Amino acid sequence: MATFQRHRLTPWILLAPQLAIVAVFFFWPAAQAVLQAFYVEDPFGLGRTFVAFENFTRVLASAEYYRALGITVAFSIGVALGAMALALLLAVLADRVIKGAHAYKTLLIWPYAVAPAVAGVLWMFMLAPELGLVSAWLGALGIDWNHQLNGGQAMALVVMASVWKQMSYNFVFFLAGLQAIPRSLLEAAAIDGAGPWRRFWTITFPLLSPTSFFLLVMNSVYAFFETFGTIDATTAGGPGGATRTLVYKVFEDGFVGYDLGSSAAQSVLLMLLVGLLTLLQFRYLERKVQY
Amino acid sequence: MSRIHAGALTLGMAAAGLSLSAQGATEIAWWHAMGGELGNKVDEIAANFNESQDDYVVKPSFRGNYSETMTSAIAAFRANEAPAIVQIYEVGTATMMNAEGAIVPVHELMADSGLDFDPDAFLPAVTGYYTTGDGQMLSMPFNSSTPVVYVNRDILAEAGVDEVPATWEGLGETLGQIVDSGAAECGMTTTWPSWIQLENFSARHDLPFATEENGFGGLDARLTINETAAVDHIQRLTDWQQNGRFDYGGRFDEAAPAFYTGRCAMLMASSASLAGVRANAEDFEFSVAPLPYSSELIDTPQNSIIGGASLWALAGQDDEVYQGIAEFFDYLSSAEVQADWHQFSGYLPITEAAYELGQEQGFYEDNPGSAVAIEQMTGVTPTANSKGLRLGNMPQIRNVIEEQLEKIFNGDIGVQEGMDEAVSRSNELLERFQQANG
Repeated sequence: MATFQRHRLTPWILLAPQLAIVAVFFFWPAAQAVLQAFYVEDPFGLGRTFVAFENFTRVLASAEYYRALGITVAFSIGVALGAMALALLLAVLADRVIKGAHAYKTLLIWPYAVAPAVAGVLWMFMLAPELGLVSAWLGALGIDWNHQLNGGQAMALVVMASVWKQMSYNFVFFLAGLQAIPRSLLEAAAIDGAGPWRRFWTITFPLLSPTSFFLLVMNSVYAFFETFGTIDATTAGGPGGATRTLVYKVFEDGFVGYDLGSSAAQSVLLMLLVGLLTLLQFRYLERKVQY
Repeated sequence: MSRIHAGALTLGMAAAGLSLSAQGATEIAWWHAMGGELGNKVDEIAANFNESQDDYVVKPSFRGNYSETMTSAIAAFRANEAPAIVQIYEVGTATMMNAEGAIVPVHELMADSGLDFDPDAFLPAVTGYYTTGDGQMLSMPFNSSTPVVYVNRDILAEAGVDEVPATWEGLGETLGQIVDSGAAECGMTTTWPSWIQLENFSARHDLPFATEENGFGGLDARLTINETAAVDHIQRLTDWQQNGRFDYGGRFDEAAPAFYTGRCAMLMASSASLAGVRANAEDFEFSVAPLPYSSELIDTPQNSIIGGASLWALAGQDDEVYQGIAEFFDYLSSAEVQADWHQFSGYLPITEAAYELGQEQGFYEDNPGSAVAIEQMTGVTPTANSKGLRLGNMPQIRNVIEEQLEKIFNGDIGVQEGMDEAVSRSNELLERFQQANG
């Protein structure tokens, strides 16, 4: 400690590059967005009018916004739970594999290297109503797959693509978490007569709770923000707005419609919403986490 | 890193090569949205222009799809890095023309250049979309197309149909015959539903799409498609869905494969899709027919309206750059260049002379179907309802309409209710545009 007190400036200098990046790529654009949210402006930036909170009241009075909110909630729960449950299952299975474990693990981590838009397009090809391989199988089973018209199927498509993409990330953390659990604990429980199912729920799962909590936060953020590419490349928010999440609506209004004021107001609201959600997760869920 | 290096090196070499060939020439940046084969053709046009004179060098650069190109041009303008010429899709027209101070209208550009420029040489049905109410040209039409019907003749023959009906009423019967005979499981499908089944349907029947002459008259235009026969048309398509005469195939071009694979007997699509249809219709004979009209609504159908894009000159450039843009636009609208572009791409020629040149060359006889779109555009004088659309926030409005059509076609909502909602949501966007630009 004594040495640190003599070098008051050093930590700041060491932090400076990172702080500069955060300031330029996060704080500055965020401040711009907040400012923009109080104006109505033409796309070319030739003139702007101060409208106080009108952009916000307009957004909050529109039925489309609440619909997008509902869709975002359903989509995020689907993606976060789906990606975490599947990853946990695969991690537990991969943890047991002895022969060729390395190959399995590599293959399971692979999808993370795929860009979100590419992941979306891959799934779209498989399920394309006219040409898709999987949609043809589904057709043979009597399921008429057409995500261009059926909102539920479109939602299923983007959830599947997003889950598949995020699963690898979760897998890595769960696997590391599993490997950190002392063998002796599990062995002791086994000697006491606990079966694999019991061992998992009373020992493994509670010990994984820090990992699970961290992943829950990360997956919520992923579902809220990073699934944009997947949605844009597959359904573009359709059909009939059935897959238009809040972040996709921000993009549409801002970059297709050039309604910068409304788009900025929506991104400010989204920022508040995710901030609140993260706060709630830390406030209530973290208490249940056993470190 | 090595790839970036190599890229920079190639760029550097290309730049060096150019500056050698055209020393002291004024550079004109041209941002466009033409990928693939069309992109190569754009490069070729620019290269030919650059060779034809020594004062200017046009540098085309591909910027993604239409929406991305427009967004990047706007962002560049805000950062004072705007290109001299940018290609903007037809639905972005109102946004561009209301951006006074960001664009230089073509008629001004041409008048200042001192070039001999005759606005009457252009096809009014094409340029109408890009001119003011009093006939002043704002942007240079580049790639314009209009919807036509592609017909699988083999399926029609199997169903015992000889002729493609010209009217929607006749089409209903024919499609019924095709489906009932088992010749195809789907009668017709359409690409771009809002553009073809509402915007063009309204124009062809001289029905207003919006008030204020479809927006040409002012920013207070509001949609009217929930009060016209357009509603009946959507009702007709919805009814046809029940017995296989119509199948919904997506908002953009996704419906085309249903025609290529022979599942649907007819496809309504852009005239510029002709090359694609020709390449994909390997197993069957096809023909091109004009877009049908409803004989109950109109005796002689109006012209259809165009889609595609035009070239805009952006503000903030040097005088000699504008002289160069004028020279380039003049070159671009010459009959030879136009005819070549039109015949290669399937887009409409923008001048009368280019069409005549094609006739002299015998192009339309050698390529059956390629004249249908032109005849459909030029047969009549455009009216206020068939001149085109000039609506603010049109990219979003089209999305709203597509969205409502999807809800109607998947049965979530009734036809009238769905159209009412489309209009009220679109009108909010129009009000918003009026507020931002008024």
